Amino acid sequence: MSTAVATPEAPAAAEAPVVEKLTKKALTADHPTWCPACGDFAVLAMFYRVLEKLNIPQEKIVVVAGIGCSSRFPYFMNTHSLHFIHGRAVPLATGISLSRPDVHVFVFGGDGDGFSIGGNHLNHGARKNIKLTYIIMDNFVYGLTKNQTSPTTPIGRKSKTDPTGAIDRPINPMKQLLASGATFIARTHAAQVKHMEEIFTRAINHDGFSVVECLSECVMFYPGAFDDSTPRKGGVWETIDETQHDVTDDVAAFKLADNLAPGKFGVYYQVNRPTKNALEQKWIDDTQAKLGGMSQKDILKKRFEAMR
Amino acid sequence: MSTATAPVSSSDSKKTLRNAVIRFAGNSQDGIQSIGGFLARLAGRTAQEVMTYMTIPSTISGGPSIFQVHLGSGEVLTAGDEADVLVAFYQHSYDSHFSALRQGGICLYDSGEVKEIKHEKGVFHIGIPFTAATVEAIGGSAKDRGKNMFVLGLIVAVFNLDKEKLVGIISRQFGKKDESVLRNAMLAFDAGYAYQIGDIEKFALAPGEADSGHRISTDGNQMLSLGLLAAGVRYGAAYPITPWSSIMETLRSELPKYGGIFVQAEDELAAVSMAIGEAFAGHLAMTGSSGPGLSLKMEALGYASMAELPLIVVNVQRGGPSTGLPTSVEQSDLMQAIYGSHGDTPRFVLAPKDVEDCFYIALEAGRIARKYSCPVIILSDQALSSRIEAFEEPDLDKHWVEPTLDQTPRDADWKPYPLDKTTQHAPPGTKMAGGKYPHISGLEHDEWGHPSGNAKMHQQMTNKRRQKLLDAAAEFPAPEVHGDASGDALIIAWGSAWGPAKEACDRLRSEGHKVSAANIRHLHPMPDKLEGVFANFKHIICVEMNDYGAYGYGQLAMLLRARYADPKIKSVCKTDGLAFRVRELVTGVEKYLAAGQA
Repeated sequence: MSTAVATPEAPAAAEAPVVEKLTKKALTADHPTWCPACGDFAVLAMFYRVLEKLNIPQEKIVVVAGIGCSSRFPYFMNTHSLHFIHGRAVPLATGISLSRPDVHVFVFGGDGDGFSIGGNHLNHGARKNIKLTYIIMDNFVYGLTKNQTSPTTPIGRKSKTDPTGAIDRPINPMKQLLASGATFIARTHAAQVKHMEEIFTRAINHDGFSVVECLSECVMFYPGAFDDSTPRKGGVWETIDETQHDVTDDVAAFKLADNLAPGKFGVYYQVNRPTKNALEQKWIDDTQAKLGGMSQKDILKKRFEAMR
Repeated sequence: MSTATAPVSSSDSKKTLRNAVIRFAGNSQDGIQSIGGFLARLAGRTAQEVMTYMTIPSTISGGPSIFQVHLGSGEVLTAGDEADVLVAFYQHSYDSHFSALRQGGICLYDSGEVKEIKHEKGVFHIGIPFTAATVEAIGGSAKDRGKNMFVLGLIVAVFNLDKEKLVGIISRQFGKKDESVLRNAMLAFDAGYAYQIGDIEKFALAPGEADSGHRISTDGNQMLSLGLLAAGVRYGAAYPITPWSSIMETLRSELPKYGGIFVQAEDELAAVSMAIGEAFAGHLAMTGSSGPGLSLKMEALGYASMAELPLIVVNVQRGGPSTGLPTSVEQSDLMQAIYGSHGDTPRFVLAPKDVEDCFYIALEAGRIARKYSCPVIILSDQALSSRIEAFEEPDLDKHWVEPTLDQTPRDADWKPYPLDKTTQHAPPGTKMAGGKYPHISGLEHDEWGHPSGNAKMHQQMTNKRRQKLLDAAAEFPAPEVHGDASGDALIIAWGSAWGPAKEACDRLRSEGHKVSAANIRHLHPMPDKLEGVFANFKHIICVEMNDYGAYGYGQLAMLLRARYADPKIKSVCKTDGLAFRVRELVTGVEKYLAAGQA
């Protein structure tokens, strides 16, 4: 481990002695400002439950978000939290994750924040395999700004910015993420509580950039968006059978993502690849090993001496 | 200016000089920067003062380039208005830079390349086959690689510089490489040193007058990087851009030694966001860029002011607007640095006055960022970034700042945004005794960080954020006045304009004018004590490398006029992409003095 005073002790909640039980009560903060019946309530409730189950020390939980309805998430968490600017939650979380290996970093956001204004950051956070968990609550619409087309809005869907129906091809979140280099890619649904629980748990336990697209209905501006995957509305709920789908096979995952209307739910892809966190730490360790325990001040003094 | 005189005889006696300005003109791939670098390094080791100046083509494949070095036994404040010696590698170098030579100067040129000579200004021409002599010295397939070392040898001989020390510096520089590299370099150097120039006087620089103690010579970007390390910066993120990049290159390679990480981000927006993440995580973090990159960072910088996070932002200014002149100097980012984000976003802006000060300004930025939990922008510039100066090595025992990460549990009454105190955040990992965790927010918020649209709360929080600037303005020291504390005119300069401003002040004083000069390091907020300094002068003449704008005043002059509503505040501005020449400032100030007397 680094000798830097500013670098906290190494990671892993599992190693820390469990002193108190994390509860939903302890995790609850402000009452959510979401519209009644918004899909995001279920995501929040499930996040509380999964954190309780994993019993991560409360002070080590960090929840951050960009801008959007779902990005209000940090205010509803009684943990260290930060509500950032639009689209930049992933680089923000990257800074936290790399400089504080001892904390658990969670990013929440919507389809606009993640796939539109923050699209470039999603690609780079994923390829660098930053250790964090990112839940994208996808409602196929801009809700906070009251019904404009989003990057996942289906063609033909009318909105205030596409009064005659959307004409731009929507992105395919699974294919986008596969191409980006994320090491855990899954898809779940806010109305499927048990499934969400399993996927969130697996995502959090993954050592790397884990990202989950969670369909979450906007009852105000796009009601019925996910009826096709909701059995009680006459839709089809189909999960990925991992005895048939090899989650380490990116080509198979790409094919599996061919049609996401409504498509399948579950883990599309998961591989182990060294995180940037680990690679940077290795560079630090190798560099410091050569310095033979020299103090930081002396390292800089030597540097000046060489400039005389 | 140089006191060198034209050589008139073939006398063997050495003429003693106090200053020498040598301009090397060639192409960027000729290694003329390294000649200048060696000379600057040598000056540092012989207690002489030095300042360098270079132009670099912004194209990758190279092109015409110059390196000018000003050596002096006393104080050297500029890279020199005119050159005493021009070393021309090509005809185009000769043609472009002949005008930079002073009356009666010396021109050494490659007689294999330069064919047409001007017979003007009494310039003493010496044609030497740089290329052919180098090839002859090194032999084999050397081509013309190494002619920079040949020229270095020539210069050392002409100015009777300390050959032994220089050879030591060269050996250390090339020692890391293959043996043949040093051998060839020394062959070329020795050939140049021994070359029989013929009818020319030899000069000797007077012994250096700099204080004893260890002296180092380096450029501004290097000093800023090392200053950040000494200030306790261990984390940062940035995107490459000229002339900022060498700072991120240094930090990226150095930080692992200190247990830290510097991230190369995908873009400027990500870079500042990562640094804000590192600041939120409890570290003194930094990001940096040059003009266009600073523009891109503005939204997130506004966030850092609103969320009250400590952050150092370096902006190595270059010629603007837009992509502008990437390898030229300008000081036109002041207004953007202070006011660039939407909304009222209090932040601090500092500027180093010379290469040495790049180190101390980083320490000051770290101190302010921590104390006021607020972003601090350091406005360096292209001239400072790449020029080399020699100065006393910083005393790390005195200045070293140990990085800290404060995770002590916070009491139940602790709040992230108290109205009656300056914010000091509790980073992740900190236990909250009251069981309530802080929210960090870019929405207007209450003392706990919860969103608040309350009219009174917005006013109170705006006041709270503004208070940092008021406290700091009261705390900051008055700028030191160079010259008398009262007089006809006070020249005000910031950033790299300080060197020529101070020299112009000295020249005006030697001509009998009652002129003083002051450098402003704390540009925003400005020290309260500035008003008392201004009160003793009839004219306040602000010199800066930016445009007069719609109202006839440079950016700092505009701010000073807004602050003091005083018509005695005037401007001398220019935007030609070059550092101020002393005579430009002398003329500019004299104009106001004459108008004042009329």
